[in-house]
Amino acid sequence: MKEIFSIALGAILVNNFIFSQFLGICPFMGVSKKVDTAVGMGVAVTFVMGLASAFTWLANEFLLVPLHLEYMQTVAFILIIAALVQFVEMFLQKSLPALYTALGIYLPLITTNCAVLGVALLNIQNSYNFIESVVYGITGGLGFLLAIVLFASIRERTVFADPPKAFEGFPIALVTAGLMALAFMGFSGANVFG
Amino acid sequence: MNFSKQMKEGLVTNNPVLVQLLGMCSTMAITTSFFNGLGMGVSVLIILTLSNVAISAIRKIVPNKIRIAMYIVVIAGFVTCVDLLLKAFVPALSNSLGVFIPLIVVNCIILGRAESFASKESVGASAFDGICQGLGYTIVLVIMSVVREFLGAGTFGAGLLGVDGKGIAIITNSNFHIGVLTMPVGGFMVLGTLIAAMQWALNRTKKAAKEEK
Repeated sequence: MKEIFSIALGAILVNNFIFSQFLGICPFMGVSKKVDTAVGMGVAVTFVMGLASAFTWLANEFLLVPLHLEYMQTVAFILIIAALVQFVEMFLQKSLPALYTALGIYLPLITTNCAVLGVALLNIQNSYNFIESVVYGITGGLGFLLAIVLFASIRERTVFADPPKAFEGFPIALVTAGLMALAFMGFSGANVFG
Repeated sequence: MNFSKQMKEGLVTNNPVLVQLLGMCSTMAITTSFFNGLGMGVSVLIILTLSNVAISAIRKIVPNKIRIAMYIVVIAGFVTCVDLLLKAFVPALSNSLGVFIPLIVVNCIILGRAESFASKESVGASAFDGICQGLGYTIVLVIMSVVREFLGAGTFGAGLLGVDGKGIAIITNSNFHIGVLTMPVGGFMVLGTLIAAMQWALNRTKKAAKEEK
């Protein structure tokens, strides 16, 4: 239990996927202009990261390792993730059309979100068991959600600011994200269980 | 295709990182030392060129609907090759880049060039495009990693040059190191500043061209 709690805390705050591991920067920068869409993207990513962690772990344990095909991990995982995203999309379209329209174009984009493939590879690299992998996937997604929502609310306000001309648009957003990363560094000493 | 124009686009006016704003995860994550930056840049350059050639070669037989999936499988194949080669021959680089080597699969630069260039142009032009765009990416990585390593740790070429691969110490007094630049914050800040510099330079040349007219 203690182990799982520390994985969760680590993934959300200490080793936040955006601010300390640099995974998933593209959607973080791309869909953070409004808080609503940021929440949608964050929820979708959390969902897919949890599912992907579970499925890739199972595939690795029961398919790749017994057949000694560990070197095929990258190829196998990206295919699993692409198929998973496709299924989630079809499932939502049929059963939860409201959520489907809310997530819209973000769902297919998740396939190429490096946080999803990253979490699948990190689970194997850290030799987590099944429960730990799923927890790491979901909480990693929650960390992404936290980061993107905070960032979007800051960006909604800084739109009206007047930075130097060269910094307009993307560069100033990067600097903002850098300052947020600096704030998140404050968590790096956090060690609840000693 | 005009080769010098392609080269100029890849390196400056349509640089994958600084202008197209693609592939930022790896750009910020691994540019903590010159060795990492160069290694990552060359790996991506090789994979991008190979995948561009392969995708351009099969562009006429791939059904339109499943093309993205096909591209990803082609790219994943090349990435696996490079990953295994690095593990076998340059284990130090493979260790320090870690999970970011397999993550080249989802690097938007490669899929972006496949979709916007290699799926339309001939094999030769696609190969050259891969080299140009890959060089543009490598140059940005090298600039970022040299700046971050020099200002942040006061060394050059850690992991590659110097005694025990610790790099050539340039600023020996650690009071003058800006340690935060080697941390994630540095990645965001240095890249932000570089893109700002690029925007400034491009705006200036645009303005100059306008005035001449």
